[in-house]
Amino acid sequence: MEPLVAVEDVHTYYGKSHILHGVSLHVDRGEVVGLLGRNGVGKSTTLKTIMGLVHPNRGKVLFAGKPITGLPAHKLARLGIGYVPEDRRIFRLLTVMENLRTGLDRHGVTEARKQELLDKAFTYFPVLAERRNQAGGTLSGGEQQMLAIARAMMLEPKIILLDEPTEGLMPRMVSQIREIIEVLHREGVAILLVEQNVPLTLEASQRVYIMEKGAMRHHCAASELKIDDAVVHQYLGV
Amino acid sequence: MTPVLAFLQAIPYDQILIQTVNGIVTGMILALIASGLTLIFGIMDVVNFAHGELFMFGAYMGVVVLAATGSFWLALLLATLIVALIGAALQITTLRPLIGRDPLTTILATFGISLVMQNYALWQFGPVARKIQEPFTGQFTLFYLEYPWYRVLIAGLSAAIIGAFWLFLKYGTYGVWIRATTQDRVMAEAMGIPVSWVYTTVFAIGAGMAAVSGVLFGPLVGVNHAMGVDWILKAFIVVVVGGMGSLGGSIAASIFISLLEAYASIWVSPAQAVIVSFVVLILTLLFRPTGLFVPTPK
Repeated sequence: MEPLVAVEDVHTYYGKSHILHGVSLHVDRGEVVGLLGRNGVGKSTTLKTIMGLVHPNRGKVLFAGKPITGLPAHKLARLGIGYVPEDRRIFRLLTVMENLRTGLDRHGVTEARKQELLDKAFTYFPVLAERRNQAGGTLSGGEQQMLAIARAMMLEPKIILLDEPTEGLMPRMVSQIREIIEVLHREGVAILLVEQNVPLTLEASQRVYIMEKGAMRHHCAASELKIDDAVVHQYLGV
Repeated sequence: MTPVLAFLQAIPYDQILIQTVNGIVTGMILALIASGLTLIFGIMDVVNFAHGELFMFGAYMGVVVLAATGSFWLALLLATLIVALIGAALQITTLRPLIGRDPLTTILATFGISLVMQNYALWQFGPVARKIQEPFTGQFTLFYLEYPWYRVLIAGLSAAIIGAFWLFLKYGTYGVWIRATTQDRVMAEAMGIPVSWVYTTVFAIGAGMAAVSGVLFGPLVGVNHAMGVDWILKAFIVVVVGGMGSLGGSIAASIFISLLEAYASIWVSPAQAVIVSFVVLILTLLFRPTGLFVPTPK
């Protein structure tokens, strides 16, 4: 069966600077895939390219075997790609509930189904239920991260692109994020996880890619890679 | 008699009350025009120089439909819908291709649209002002004046339309989409919101609001091709004084400025009273450039 998301030899530019030099990767249905690399190697740009927020000059992005290169982001969101960006990008002046509604109010979703999705999100993140009428901007960093993930879940995505979800969070929050990745995985949602936290990534993922200078350098099963591996040392400097 | 008492007796209370009513009536119409303008600016970052012409087109559509059907209310409804559609078409053809370019290009584009629309109206309807017959002519006595109920109705309807619009923004799905798009266009897109259609809708709503005010205000002034110019100037003042892009601020500023002008015209001629709004504008820009009616930015 074809992979859920496949990126094939993608070259992406920001203006004149060449960010991605022929990136290829794939994520199968229900699979958690880690994407590692130092800062500025193009991990976030890879996610943005898949999401249609930047368009590649060369190469292809496929979703369930169909080309989606060049499609606008809102169509990709409706196809089933959820995006949780690095800086979370909560709608700060919208309430928690309204933030969720941005993904929830779609054609063809019954009221019952909407309630189910909300109930599910509030079970995973009880704090969001408590703060449902509070403006998104007043939440703490960890709560905003939860809201960003819950918001993406409202789209009933087949895959979630998670960009540094644990960045700047307290250890307790980090383990909560770790748990939610596990829960999403159990539910069959695929995840492409960009992280600086190498142990967490190796633990949560089935496979990992390592990027350097806008290209893939290494690809293996997560279990093959140990934190003290020479490869990890070479590309990630830990 | 003490000087204080003399001063108090010299205040023309009846005139002040009349001018308060007048100020609120013009203020509500102005608020209706300005909220379309401020909406388009706040959400799309487009300074819409064609807004006054959409107001004027609304009034002309009102004239045409009223002549054809004889119903003022039908004219109000159809004119609004037609101009909203025209607005949507204008946005798709001229503004959508400019998204992401220098804001200056949209100023030129909308200014061009305004010239085209003005001259089209002049060519189509001629230079002689048309009149819209008000739907009813009842009056009530306000001191020595016979005050038309229609003016009160205008204020009430404007308030109702703005109120309905506010509810739509606050609770409607599209309202949530619009507010999300205002805050973060890219993230809105990533949440499946069709941002370019949100922009088109916003422009159409703004155009429709301008058209409603054009028809409503038609019976009070003549309808001619240049009627938008005066109003757009005032609407711009209101949008700046109210705090660019703030809906509540624009409404407050509309009533504030209209009241000031109304009071000023007790003592000076109405033509001179206009100066008041410019004074307020200049003072605002000097001392509180973010707007009078918005919280102080941190």
